[in-house]
Amino acid sequence: MVAVRYETTFKLYPYEKVAAQDLPPARHPVVIAGGGPVGLALALDLGQKGTPVLVLDDHDGAGQGSRAICFAKRTLDVANRLGASGPMVEKGVVWNVGKVFHGDGKLFDFNLSPEDGHRNPAFINLQQPYFERYLVDAIRVAQADGVPIELRGRNQVSGLTVHDTYSTLDVDTPDGIYQIEADYLIACDGARSPLRDMMGLSFDGRVFEDNFLIADVKMKADFPTERWFWFEPPFEGAGQSALLHKQPDDIWRIDFQLGWDIDREKELDPERIRTRVDAMLSSQSGSIPDYELEWTSIYTFQCRRMKTFRHGPVLFAGDSAHQVSPFGARGANSGVQDADNLGWKLDLVLKGIAPETLLDSYATEREHGADENILNSSRATDFMTPKTEVSRTFRDAVLTLASKHPFARPLVNSGRLSVPCSYDGFALFGEDALNGPPISRPSAPCVDASYQDGFLLDHLGGQFTILAFGGPAPASVSAEGVGTKIVHVTEPNEQMRARYLGDAPQAIYLIRPDQHVVARWPNYDADAIKTAIKTAIGKGA
Amino acid sequence: MPLNLDPNITNPDEFYDELIRAHEGLTKDQSDAYNARLILVLCNEIGDRDVLRAALEAAK
Repeated sequence: MVAVRYETTFKLYPYEKVAAQDLPPARHPVVIAGGGPVGLALALDLGQKGTPVLVLDDHDGAGQGSRAICFAKRTLDVANRLGASGPMVEKGVVWNVGKVFHGDGKLFDFNLSPEDGHRNPAFINLQQPYFERYLVDAIRVAQADGVPIELRGRNQVSGLTVHDTYSTLDVDTPDGIYQIEADYLIACDGARSPLRDMMGLSFDGRVFEDNFLIADVKMKADFPTERWFWFEPPFEGAGQSALLHKQPDDIWRIDFQLGWDIDREKELDPERIRTRVDAMLSSQSGSIPDYELEWTSIYTFQCRRMKTFRHGPVLFAGDSAHQVSPFGARGANSGVQDADNLGWKLDLVLKGIAPETLLDSYATEREHGADENILNSSRATDFMTPKTEVSRTFRDAVLTLASKHPFARPLVNSGRLSVPCSYDGFALFGEDALNGPPISRPSAPCVDASYQDGFLLDHLGGQFTILAFGGPAPASVSAEGVGTKIVHVTEPNEQMRARYLGDAPQAIYLIRPDQHVVARWPNYDADAIKTAIKTAIGKGA
Repeated sequence: MPLNLDPNITNPDEFYDELIRAHEGLTKDQSDAYNARLILVLCNEIGDRDVLRAALEAAK
């Protein structure tokens, strides 16, 4: 009988017994273990492409606590493509002003005033349970339209046999165990991935010896919508750093970096937490606002990834495959990029259009993404918690200079926000015959721009697309069973000129289904596009 | 030429990482000596005495 390990915030997929539980094992093209942000995004993507997908989750909804709270533009762009971003952006909090403090003093402010021509902000703050709920809402809408997605709550994978070309799963439920088979099994089952353990796979990396106390507080009074970050906060027992961040529903996330040798029980005592929170909240105004403690937790973190994300018919995505420190919001955001990368590849392989080796490119591309995230979050962590005397000297010198001289401010590292990954030099990308702006080079994700009454990315969708700026209307090209959608921007605006054309009067872009640029040319050439499509689906020479 | 106190280092995080790594395995004394040599190398690169004088002031 499947155990309940935690309380849920929202019951999103309550357990219902299905006929399959009393029948011989049924074979599914794709089974996703784990109904978190990554598993749900992947399910929605696959289902919308017409590939049947079954999601198993050992609980019946989103777990408690805010957990991932910062969703980056790229994630929102993916969610927009999946038809789920509307309520996220509506509910989420957008902030632009940040303040960096060192001890008693403020070092500097910054204002991330948004650039024009993007549907989505650089990021929103939103509690993870809402993100999951809105994905499930979109899945329910899709299901009503006949999209082949099935969610089974309180279905826990309790046994796994991996064969050469499929897997057999034991699934535990409140009505006992049944078996299913999966052509492809996607492990989106989190940092402690039971599937990874069942397969005896290692998960090595660097452990950072630190404990972070999270307190979500519900504020009754007004408080500014800003991000406040302290190096060496002046409040008693606050540790090395502290962070204050706004979430929806009048909730504020507060993080205290407590150090390694702590008494967890004692630190979780609400009275002790309140003492710290009081000191922080009153530090700028002198008075303590009325608040309630909503959720508290202590965590440690590691920066690590699996050696490879693909093991035959089993693929790992999200936290099960890689973990980073929380600075920079690179956990859930990179997991959604995993789903975005894997969805179209799995779909083409299962439809017999692409060779199954295309799935190896999921692993190599996203392993690169994970390495980039691990590097960035390790650097932030090393800056925030200097490991040697000389690194502390330099860190403190940077902070001191940053209050006086702008040059030192880019060196201050309290986390670099997740930006989308590009795959420079990877095998699936073609030529840059345009030599246009670097931001839209082959392998980069398409950058948004205003277009007609909306935005450019809205027009791209989730299939291979020929995107033409200026010039004559291109004809659709099809190669190896892959067709292309045409988006022809007859009169490129200033944003498109800056982001896609540079000095060129016109351009042709081939975009893959996850909206990364495959190749680009100054002129339409059907043969060149055919070659690029073959390369992009792993059938290149 | 005035002293440039605006951001001027490309990929600052990578630079900072390299700077800290350059000290790996050094004792405190060795690190101090390394820093002194580094400052002198950089001063020579700058050369301009007015700029150097302004830098000595800016770092106070």
